[in-house]
Amino acid sequence: MRHSKKIAPLAIVSVLAMTLAACSGGTGGSGGGAAQQNLDGRGPITYVQGKDNSNVVRPLIDKWNAAHPNEKVTFKEQSDNADQQHDDLVQHFQAKTGDYDVVDVDVIWTAEFAAQGWLQPLNDKMAIDTTGFLPATVATGTYKNVMYALPQTSDGGILYYRKDLVPTPPKTWDEMMAMCPVAKAKGIDCYAGQFAQYEGLTVNVAEAINTAGGTVVDKDGKPTVNTPEAKAGLTNLAQAYKDGNIPKQAVTYQEEQGRQAFEAGKLMFLRNWPYVYNLAKTDGSSTVKNTFGIAPLPGKDGPGASSLGGHNLAINADSKYKATAKDFLTFMTSAETEKFYATQGSLAPVREGLYTDADLVKQLPYLPVLLTSIKNAVPRPVTPFYPAVTQAIQQNSFQAINGTKSVDQALTDMQAAITTAVSK
Amino acid sequence: MSTQVEPGALPGRKASRKGGDNKGVNKEVGADRKEKTQGRAATLLIAPTLIVLAIVILYPVINAVIMSFQHDQGLDAATGLFVTGGFAGVSNYVHWLFQQCPTSGGTGSCPPGTLGAQFWSATGVTFFFTVVTVFFETLFGFWMALIMARTFKGRSVLRAAVLVPWAIPTAVTAKLWFFIFAFDGIVNTLFHSSILWTGSEGPARAAIIIADVWKTTPFMALLILAGLQMIPAEVYEAAKVDGASAWQRFRLITLPLVKPALMVAILFRVLDALRMYDLPAIMTGGANGTTTLSILVVDQIRVGFNSAAALSTITFVIIFIVAFIFVRFLGANAVESASGGAKGKQK
Amino acid sequence: MSTATTTLNTGTAKAKSVARTRENWASTRTYISAAIIVIWCLLPFYWMIVTAFRDVGYTFDSTPFFTHVTWDNFKTAFSAELGNHLGRALLNSLFISSVTTIVALLFGVFAAYALARLNFRGKFLVLGLILGASMFPGVAIVTPLFQLFGNIGWIGTYQAMIIPNISFVLPLTVYTLTSFFREMPWELEEAARIDGCTQGQAFRKIIMPLAAPAVFTTAILAFIASWNEYLIASILSNDATQTVTVAIARFAGSQPHQEPYTAVMAAGTVVTIPLVVLVLVFQRKIVAGLTAGAVK
Repeated sequence: MRHSKKIAPLAIVSVLAMTLAACSGGTGGSGGGAAQQNLDGRGPITYVQGKDNSNVVRPLIDKWNAAHPNEKVTFKEQSDNADQQHDDLVQHFQAKTGDYDVVDVDVIWTAEFAAQGWLQPLNDKMAIDTTGFLPATVATGTYKNVMYALPQTSDGGILYYRKDLVPTPPKTWDEMMAMCPVAKAKGIDCYAGQFAQYEGLTVNVAEAINTAGGTVVDKDGKPTVNTPEAKAGLTNLAQAYKDGNIPKQAVTYQEEQGRQAFEAGKLMFLRNWPYVYNLAKTDGSSTVKNTFGIAPLPGKDGPGASSLGGHNLAINADSKYKATAKDFLTFMTSAETEKFYATQGSLAPVREGLYTDADLVKQLPYLPVLLTSIKNAVPRPVTPFYPAVTQAIQQNSFQAINGTKSVDQALTDMQAAITTAVSK
Repeated sequence: MSTQVEPGALPGRKASRKGGDNKGVNKEVGADRKEKTQGRAATLLIAPTLIVLAIVILYPVINAVIMSFQHDQGLDAATGLFVTGGFAGVSNYVHWLFQQCPTSGGTGSCPPGTLGAQFWSATGVTFFFTVVTVFFETLFGFWMALIMARTFKGRSVLRAAVLVPWAIPTAVTAKLWFFIFAFDGIVNTLFHSSILWTGSEGPARAAIIIADVWKTTPFMALLILAGLQMIPAEVYEAAKVDGASAWQRFRLITLPLVKPALMVAILFRVLDALRMYDLPAIMTGGANGTTTLSILVVDQIRVGFNSAAALSTITFVIIFIVAFIFVRFLGANAVESASGGAKGKQK
Repeated sequence: MSTATTTLNTGTAKAKSVARTRENWASTRTYISAAIIVIWCLLPFYWMIVTAFRDVGYTFDSTPFFTHVTWDNFKTAFSAELGNHLGRALLNSLFISSVTTIVALLFGVFAAYALARLNFRGKFLVLGLILGASMFPGVAIVTPLFQLFGNIGWIGTYQAMIIPNISFVLPLTVYTLTSFFREMPWELEEAARIDGCTQGQAFRKIIMPLAAPAVFTTAILAFIASWNEYLIASILSNDATQTVTVAIARFAGSQPHQEPYTAVMAAGTVVTIPLVVLVLVFQRKIVAGLTAGAVK
């Protein structure tokens, strides 16, 4: 009797919940239709992006606001964490309030947001001229042949190497592996990228697969990792890990741990983003300030295929002031602004001309190398199901690299998992 | 002192229990009227709590349960746009519980690397973390509370120190431990070890458990300490006069009397641990066998909200069952003691 | 009290000296235990402070004591130019957590009194509902809540964070207080009423002082839980109302991909210290309750 009384409250909660559920209404859905409205609207807008790392955006917005007193831009900063930025955008898009007029989207989210109908297509009246933009960056803003987002900044992988140990950087993967005994003789590790199980692993695995001539998904977003090329790419990583050319601890590395090891002089080759350049030159604890060089990622025969990072600008389909938003997009990607990104924030431009700008190259000596990297870059899988696709890549390739699963099995599973992910 | 001392049989204690019971017996005649007036008072007193909970918890929960019976949106191949999924029946639940995914020819078991393939392993991981962390937290928490309850110089330093881990925001804690357990981090440096703390299953789980126990033991300790502070000193004096040893006093007085507080602390720790998210999410991102149910929910929310709603509901039911068992077999105390009034009436 | 720590009942001098030796040993043991606990609790915190004071160029230096000491990280944490409004966030958190704690305790005391003291139907339903509120994954509550509060224009307001916070701490508050109220010597309340107090007066003047340890412990737990809340605040706050946890999450390195680790640790140190001070102030109240309960 006593016991049954104790249980009663719990039981009632569940019954209540179930009963209410039975009278389900049904919500959700993805609207659309807002895309053709407010194209001529002008007025104050809000611009949203992740943390403004080196105070680049604020001065630009001040400049804009001084010139456009009736179309002022309010800047909303999100968290520094990409997942949290994504979730915040989704929340606000779903609310359909249009309170975020212009948003900064990571290249990997563009397809998802476009497929949701949340982004204003940048065609017809809203078309923006992208002459002079690097084609690979424009591709990241395009979904189903329609441009939804304008490239703002780019990012590509480059190879950091110790020029005191290897005077000429390796051009191919095999060359690099052949140089590993040099590192061993010095008692340091040879090569690392980002091999912890997180988004960085997708970047590195996609690079390996693309470099070997394979692809992760085709134009329609269907998986294509059951090919000999894809196998060759993933095998390169798995084999190097097995041989010790990639050190054991590399499976715990994100960007920062790799940079730490490289700056401490414990690593001969490092695949990382351009941001490492300035830090490795200036960090107090860096032991390689004058002894490191940079090169394009090693490939099969020539430069490897980098994965493309960076951000695009897009207009919320529910925005009320799209004409203002469009002008703001143009302003934020002008040659002048792009140069400011580079000098002030070390952010890679999306305009090809700037990579050979003498002033800029003097300040950011890695630009020519980065240009090679971005010209050879392949966007990460362009699919509205990116979160599920990257999970499938990360989990299976992680096991292939650390040897708990064969490369063949990992790719079979990856193929099946991506198929499941995109067939919803 | 070989026989068990019932808490109620002890001096000081006795008076209190008796008082409560007597009241129930004495007022038996007017019990119905009494219950009515008390019921009205109780409604007024409890209403604020229930109203707040209804707004913040009940509404979202009902919303989620409704959503869980809808399909996630799918892609229209022609336009490349998402379209609403429609009524799904229980298929979202089947998807998780039987790990069934859509394949080219109907449904089959979810391939490795999909979220659907991880439900049962995530459940196992969640239970593993819950059992291990709550066990250690209770053990250490009790010990800390016993020390804190003693009178000695510098006790305030101890009390402040114990609270520090609990006071640091979880997100900062997780980042702190993430760097502490990095390969070139302080732990490996200090111990001249080269353990891949976040690189394989065993060490990754150990790292999360250590971080969680460090962070949450103070919560236990504080609640148990409050319980200890409520025990009247005469009870101990009486036991000492009776010649009870320190161990007997602990087992026969401290433990039973602190049990209500202890049970509430454990119950809430269990409920919290079953929803553990921040620490594994930041320290390992769920890699290497550390994906908990909440991590799975978050990952799924990014892929499809309706499936995530089903998963949340399943998680709710799992936690509900655990709480049920806890209350049923271990007698979580607030519920039990609250039945005291009813007990009195039955006599 | 002093000799009572032993159970020896022979009253000889020898026994007394044995007792004293034992007591000394017991007190030594207490100190050793306390030292172990303090070290265990503070060692990671110490490392946090070391990192907080370390030059950002030496972020990954694993030297276990203070090197390359600088205040820069604290300046970064409070730098409005960098958009790190930690000062304002501290005030926001202080306000939100204080209101949450006061309201939750008020509601909690009401509910717990009713649950522990009054006879009424549906008590178990109430207990179940309250406990049930702690069973749903918090992450799944955020989206509907955002939509609900968005519809009534509450995004970015204090109440949009305070009300969820109250509901998150209420279950624990109610359960803790209920379990403690059950143990109170209620006959004192009866006695007071016979002496002419109303039930409310009796509760306030007699019961509340006795329940102080439980109430203050609960207050501290509620305050800290609210202080550390991130999920809701990250979605429902705006720049003006953001809390410390949100502010810290928005810290960034000088470059993309760079972890602002030293600044985060500096901010973590800054936000932890007010709580420690708070506890030092309130802990007197914890002890002040039934102080006689010296457990040996």
